[in-house]
Amino acid sequence: MRKRCIIVAAALLLTGCDGNLSTLTPAGPVASEIALLWWIMLAGSGAITILMIVLVSLSLGRPRATSVRFWTHGMGLAFSMVILTSLLAVGLWIGERILPRDDGAVAVQAHAWQWGWTFTHEGPDGVPVETDDMIHIPAVEPVDVLITSEDVIHAFWVPQLAGKMDAIPGRTNRARLQADEPGQYEGLCAEFCGIGHARMRFSVQAHATWPPDLTSDGAEE
Amino acid sequence: MATGSDIGRGRGMTDTTSRPIDTSAAQGAISADLPRNPPQPALGLHRELSKVWANDRGLWGQITAVNHTTLGLRFMATAFVFFAIGGILSMLIRAQLATPQGAFLDTELYNQIFTMHGSIMMFLFAIPMLEGLGIWLLPKLLGTRDMAFPRLTALGYWCYLFGGLIMLTALLFGVAPHDGWFMYTPLSSAQHSPGINADVWLLGVTFVEISAIAAAVEITVTILRQRAPGMKLTEMPLFAWYMLGTSAMMLVGFPPLIAGSVLLELERAFDWPFFDPARGGDPLLWQHLFWLFGHPEVYIIFLPAAGAMSMIIPVMCRTTILGYGAIVAAVLGLVFLSFGLWVHHMFTVGIPHMALAFFSAASVLVAVPTAVQVFAWIGTMWKGHPQLHLPMYHILGFFLTFVMGGLTGVMLAIVPFNWQAHDTAFVTAHLHYVLIGGFVFPMMAAASYWMPLISGKQRVKGLGEAAFWVILLGFHGTFFIMHLTGLLGMPRRIDVYPDNPEWIWLNLTSSIFSFVLTIGFAMFALDMILQLLLGKRERRDPWSAPTLQWAMPLPTPSYNFASLPTARHLARDADSVILQLARGEGALAGAPRDRRELLVTSVGAAKPDHVAILPGNTALPLLLSASIGIFVLLMLAGLYGLAGAALAPVSILIWYWARGMTPQGDLRPVEIAPDLVLPVSHRATQSLGQTGLIAFLVANGTLFASLLFGLAFLSVVTPGPTPPPAEANTPATLFGIAVLSLSSVLATLISRRFSQQAAFAGALFNLVGLAAIVLLALTQMDNPTIHARDALRAAMAGYLALHLLTAAGMAAFTYVQFARSEINPTTGGAFPAWRAWQSYTVAVTLIALVVLIGQEVG
Ligand code: HEM
Ligand SMILES: [Cu+2]
Ligand SMILES: [Cu+2]
Repeated sequence: MRKRCIIVAAALLLTGCDGNLSTLTPAGPVASEIALLWWIMLAGSGAITILMIVLVSLSLGRPRATSVRFWTHGMGLAFSMVILTSLLAVGLWIGERILPRDDGAVAVQAHAWQWGWTFTHEGPDGVPVETDDMIHIPAVEPVDVLITSEDVIHAFWVPQLAGKMDAIPGRTNRARLQADEPGQYEGLCAEFCGIGHARMRFSVQAHATWPPDLTSDGAEE
Repeated sequence: MATGSDIGRGRGMTDTTSRPIDTSAAQGAISADLPRNPPQPALGLHRELSKVWANDRGLWGQITAVNHTTLGLRFMATAFVFFAIGGILSMLIRAQLATPQGAFLDTELYNQIFTMHGSIMMFLFAIPMLEGLGIWLLPKLLGTRDMAFPRLTALGYWCYLFGGLIMLTALLFGVAPHDGWFMYTPLSSAQHSPGINADVWLLGVTFVEISAIAAAVEITVTILRQRAPGMKLTEMPLFAWYMLGTSAMMLVGFPPLIAGSVLLELERAFDWPFFDPARGGDPLLWQHLFWLFGHPEVYIIFLPAAGAMSMIIPVMCRTTILGYGAIVAAVLGLVFLSFGLWVHHMFTVGIPHMALAFFSAASVLVAVPTAVQVFAWIGTMWKGHPQLHLPMYHILGFFLTFVMGGLTGVMLAIVPFNWQAHDTAFVTAHLHYVLIGGFVFPMMAAASYWMPLISGKQRVKGLGEAAFWVILLGFHGTFFIMHLTGLLGMPRRIDVYPDNPEWIWLNLTSSIFSFVLTIGFAMFALDMILQLLLGKRERRDPWSAPTLQWAMPLPTPSYNFASLPTARHLARDADSVILQLARGEGALAGAPRDRRELLVTSVGAAKPDHVAILPGNTALPLLLSASIGIFVLLMLAGLYGLAGAALAPVSILIWYWARGMTPQGDLRPVEIAPDLVLPVSHRATQSLGQTGLIAFLVANGTLFASLLFGLAFLSVVTPGPTPPPAEANTPATLFGIAVLSLSSVLATLISRRFSQQAAFAGALFNLVGLAAIVLLALTQMDNPTIHARDALRAAMAGYLALHLLTAAGMAAFTYVQFARSEINPTTGGAFPAWRAWQSYTVAVTLIALVVLIGQEVG
């Protein structure tokens, strides 16, 4: 797992696919699974695109006898069904693995508003701690972020840790993320929410010890 | 070799397939063909028909035109202008994004610009373009002289133009919509989007959608009822199948959007909280209604383009289409499946896990019928001999681009990946691959293929090919790396990215190539203009194509066919039937009765049924749409009282419109071919108007179903506060409900009787029902601003009231026709329409009451 991540990361560094918002340099298992899914799909799509280019190029010659069923049933139905169902199976399997489940994972709250974030986690003394624009999570273990909104729809997204989840007024949504290592990650609002949308960024601090002691100002790592 | 059954499948010029062509069906059709009319001088017929069918002269002629060729072309030209405007806006977007701190536009303006770019491209370019193509091409392809409802065509055009102009004007004044093309609420609510920006979108787009519904109704009717005699449904050209699928989807797809827009506008204007979570509403209801439309919309745009390709590819490859039946099945499959996928636009809103799996599977599945079509086209190219004329270039561009767009679409259907890619530049890339690959390239193929019919000229060599290469390079240069930009985390709809230097080179590259792309489109436009101005005369049937639209002189005459093609003309090269038709040897030759006539046939086998008499040139469509436009402007201005009053001229004009259909003049049967005498439409059992009304009621029923969906959604899915207990006084309420249901049932029963008294009583009963519902709403129903459920009930009451009022109006209209002795048992006038509407009204009234009572009791 780790080795693969390193290989992928190295390859990416070479091609310049870096950046602290990149889904292609995942920093946790959820994002890694999805990145793997992407590479599988990219390879498959590349192969299919080439196949289609070849088929179309070959057609440009002289007319030839060809069977109707080969194209409509063989390629159109069978070929596409095989590819699509296997992809769907992989997708469902990965989806199943990254889904939040009721396993007593640490929960933190993310409340979105125009335009900023208020995060709440449990402090060392059991009292909830509120922070603005910096969300604190434990590292290495799964975390559930409970996402709510004050006004319009926003979306909570930390590309290196997991996919996005909308913040919808009147509802609470749950996103599961996990960081492999303590450290700082970047997040943003992904759903258009008006004038301040582009600047609705936040940071994630993953801590080795939980609950974190914020008085030392995150200097623990 | 060429037979009746291969019409639409392309003629087998150098047909090298092993597949035998079934001739038995065609032989049957030919032996059952209509007798031949005696030949007449072609020039005389041309003069006689032109006098009747041509537009009036000059500018006035443009105002009163109802002819499908004029309006189809005008739709397409206007759509192209909007494409250019949308394109200029996209250049502004790309200029802003070229650098991380683009100070070129401020955020408010940037938001207006991308919202307008998306809305213009979808609602003012793509949809009207395909409507225009259908309106312009279908009658020519099916062998008839016009669309079923020419005045409706014109009405649709004016509504489109005025709605579009309202939106553009808002942009000029800096008050354009700014909430993104899907207008998610609460961002678009009165609280978070004060000002008229959002109203411009809701009212403007709904105004434009009148034209979509109108086009869908008449395209359905034209395809089902106006095919040349002998052109069976199962043998019609594929483009007609595709347009039939498209129009069916429009009839069912647009009503949810219209319902959603009306509700959101009611919320903004009157504070009815359909989408407000604090008062039992739900922002997700908007998303469901929007995407119930929005997803099918993608296929509504793609299908006509695919239909055009199914016509062009066989001709370019000198062969017949491979797998006609499979393609038809694929189209029907797509129409059906595309309504089961809308949730894939909402994978991140937090829906249950099983629903995610279901909609993911459905979204993946929809790629199958698409694959069937793509492979059938490639197979067609294999069995034929592709010739690299200009249309073929664009078709190759389509294959490359659309396949890639389809593949990224499948990726996005996989939920975990969707969670990462959703709302990023990846999606922007995907949607442009699909829309430009699946619509713009095919439309450019279609333009270069059909242009000779429009201009009667050849194109100037070379420029078109150059434009193609520049567009292909510019397109992929702009959008290919945007996939990567998105995966590197760049969200869509942002105007600055100062903290992300890693996105700079990607965006700069996209921006540079987008200017290449624009140059390419400009070259394409130049090519069209040069052809119109400088092209040499083109010969008839330049592509040696088999379908009927080429069996006419170039450019096309206003009446299309001097005599209508019948089974024997379907079988042949366009070239070989053109003279016979021009000399009047087909059916219903000329215009001897000095009025616009065409042949109506049966739905399945296209047996001649009756002769429709069409209205001539009139300014009524312009007046009616202008009066609707005044209503829209008053709503925008917030003058709701005046807006209500503005509905009076609208209703009066509709009354006049209907009066235009009154049976009058010469109603004697018409001899369309020797010894074949058919009744005229006023005496037909199932006229075009009646088929059209059914199509319209399907759309209307979907609108009603959308309201019911809203009611169910709010009470089952929405987590919000429960509504306060009803304040109604039960006996009074029950009495009102009893009066309402009784009077609407009685009106319906009485509408079975064909008499003047029945019409009078019908009008009266409907008015009693209307009074009951108004009183119920005013005295018994809860205040609609308190809770979303009550707001929806009020909206439902409004819907019923409108239907009762219309039913009363139709009964009164029938009464007037009786009083003037315009109708009798053989010439029913408006009576069948009233009866159908009345049945629909009673059905929705009773359903609404049952649902309401069930909700209260349950
Ligand atoms: C002429 C070349 C075009 C260019 C360069 C272009 C460029 C763009 C860009 C850069 C955006 C994304 C803005 C953002 O969200 O960050 C965008 C959005 C969009 N474009 Fe295009 N576009 C083009 C043509 C089209 C066409 C032909 C269509 C449809 C038929 C279309 C439909 C859309 C839609 C629906 C959106 C989404 C708008 C929204 O987010 O509300 N575009 N376009
Ligand atoms: Cu946002
Ligand atoms: Cu969709």
